[in-house]
Amino acid sequence: MDFAQHLPALQVIVPLLAAPLIVLLQPRGFAWAATTATAFFSFAVSIAIAVRILAGDILRYEMGGWFAPIGIELRVDAFSAIVLLIISGAAAISLIAARNSINQQIEDHRQPLFFAAWLLAIAGLVGMVVTADAFNIFVFMEISSLAGYILIAGGPDRRTLPAVFKYLIIGTIGATFYLIGVGMIYMMTGTLNLEDMAQRVVGIEDQRPILVAAAFVFIGLALKAALFPLHVWLPNAYTHAPHMVTVFLAACGTKVAVYVLLRFQFSIFQSFGEHLLQFALFLMPLALLGIIVASLVAMFEGHLKRMLAFSSVAQIGYILMGASLMSDSGITASTLHMFNHALTKGALFLAVAKFATQYADLRIDSLKSAARSMPLTSFAFVIAGLSLIGVPGTAGFISKWQLIMAIMETGNMGFIMVAIVVISSLIAVGYIWRVIETLYAIPTDDLPDDAADVSVKPEKIDMLLIALIFTVAMNIYFGLVPGLPLTLAELSSKILLKVEF
Amino acid sequence: MKLFEFLGYYNYWVFAILLMIGFYAVIAKANLIKKLIGLSIFQSAVFLMYISMDKVEGGTAPIIKPGVVDQLYSNPLPQVLILTAIVVGVSTLALGLAIVVRIKERYGTIEENEILDAD
Repeated sequence: MDFAQHLPALQVIVPLLAAPLIVLLQPRGFAWAATTATAFFSFAVSIAIAVRILAGDILRYEMGGWFAPIGIELRVDAFSAIVLLIISGAAAISLIAARNSINQQIEDHRQPLFFAAWLLAIAGLVGMVVTADAFNIFVFMEISSLAGYILIAGGPDRRTLPAVFKYLIIGTIGATFYLIGVGMIYMMTGTLNLEDMAQRVVGIEDQRPILVAAAFVFIGLALKAALFPLHVWLPNAYTHAPHMVTVFLAACGTKVAVYVLLRFQFSIFQSFGEHLLQFALFLMPLALLGIIVASLVAMFEGHLKRMLAFSSVAQIGYILMGASLMSDSGITASTLHMFNHALTKGALFLAVAKFATQYADLRIDSLKSAARSMPLTSFAFVIAGLSLIGVPGTAGFISKWQLIMAIMETGNMGFIMVAIVVISSLIAVGYIWRVIETLYAIPTDDLPDDAADVSVKPEKIDMLLIALIFTVAMNIYFGLVPGLPLTLAELSSKILLKVEF
Repeated sequence: MKLFEFLGYYNYWVFAILLMIGFYAVIAKANLIKKLIGLSIFQSAVFLMYISMDKVEGGTAPIIKPGVVDQLYSNPLPQVLILTAIVVGVSTLALGLAIVVRIKERYGTIEENEILDAD
């Protein structure tokens, strides 16, 4: 057996085994290094998988040698590969940058446990993506969610605790809804393997249980994905979490739920009666409302992290709007936006984490003239902000352009949606500009000029800054050369729509 | 006949009612411990649904013995699945309670409205 066939299993097993090892060995000061090494190994595995996928393979792995559909099968295709790249890339970059920020926010003796939770979160998220078993997805979802609650609860502020409690309640309700849906599908089809399920669902006469199951799965995963108006847990959880955890979760946490949602709605329920049309008609207004409302809230939000969190809710709206078009180009745009938004929001939150090393208070007003003391970070924030808006030359432009092209294909009604995308991009200009204006504001005269100059210390170059600049450079790179994510996204939409190629 | 069908599905009715009782407690109660109790009832209802569906009329425990043929067995898979789901439920409850303990330490209360007022 060729080594490459074990890649999907390695992707899950390595972080899952490394987590208890870190707790057992309690290596002093070593926890961070070991976790980062594991995350980079995961990233390398994801890249190796992506290379195989681009060569035209679909990786299958029969767990324990039990063949599907009796055993649990791991299955990686282009759609999984791009999400794996997002997860392990986000984990690697946020962990390598995390050291100083985590030392500042988490006490030494809690760090091994904290990093173990981080590894479990990675294992859970990649597990949801590689597995081809509906119940297995539930188990991995709960592993990643429980670990995620622990990570968020690490925040130093006491307001973290009510935020994480709310997230725990809502997240558990979401997972339980998903479990009910899977149970109903199992009742009707007698299988948990996704591929097998897709084949058996077609022939079922009594459609009502499957439709109810589809609704349960949709609502459950929409809760996890923070689809408007089910996003209430997200802003507080992101705001009060440790800064580096926000980087990690904002880049990949909700996207994995979107991945499972699209897998179910398209791969399994696609040819099931009128279901897909109902799904799209239900999803589209919510996505559009989410884009507008969340952008407006971000516009009037005074806290930098919470503003970016609301912008994340709007971006989930873009991703799901692409999917609700049900077309090849729509799903391509949506998958591509998952990738690009992970890069953009990752970079923005890295900049926030860097600001936090010098500014205890992250309300926008208190960051006044920060560009004087932190020119590089401020500049990186500007570039990432442009990518969030969708300025040509950045990654954000490519996916918004794809989305607009996909909408135009739908005909006359499309102009309303294009208008909404344009308006919300303008709102994004508004809220990003507000931050930029504050960062580059000329210091007011309550400080004499020479005193201000004395207070300006050179910006400390550390791993965080390097990771930030790297991520921003990636935003530009994938804005100019979008080949890799675009190819994977196109393959994904063909897989989801079951177009033969 | 209708009534018979209605009663025949009684364990699914219990599932639905328990689910709603739990859901109500999660939404309506301000006390965080009561919310967690509601969450537990909510999850247990789903366990009941899974366990109901594996029952095969006249079926026995699925243990294969040499010499026994034509025996009808209950479906063991949902039971195994729900064993896993119970573990997940217990961990969630434990983590939830741990967070409530921390909330009590930092805020001195576990009533949601008082916590909101405190910040």
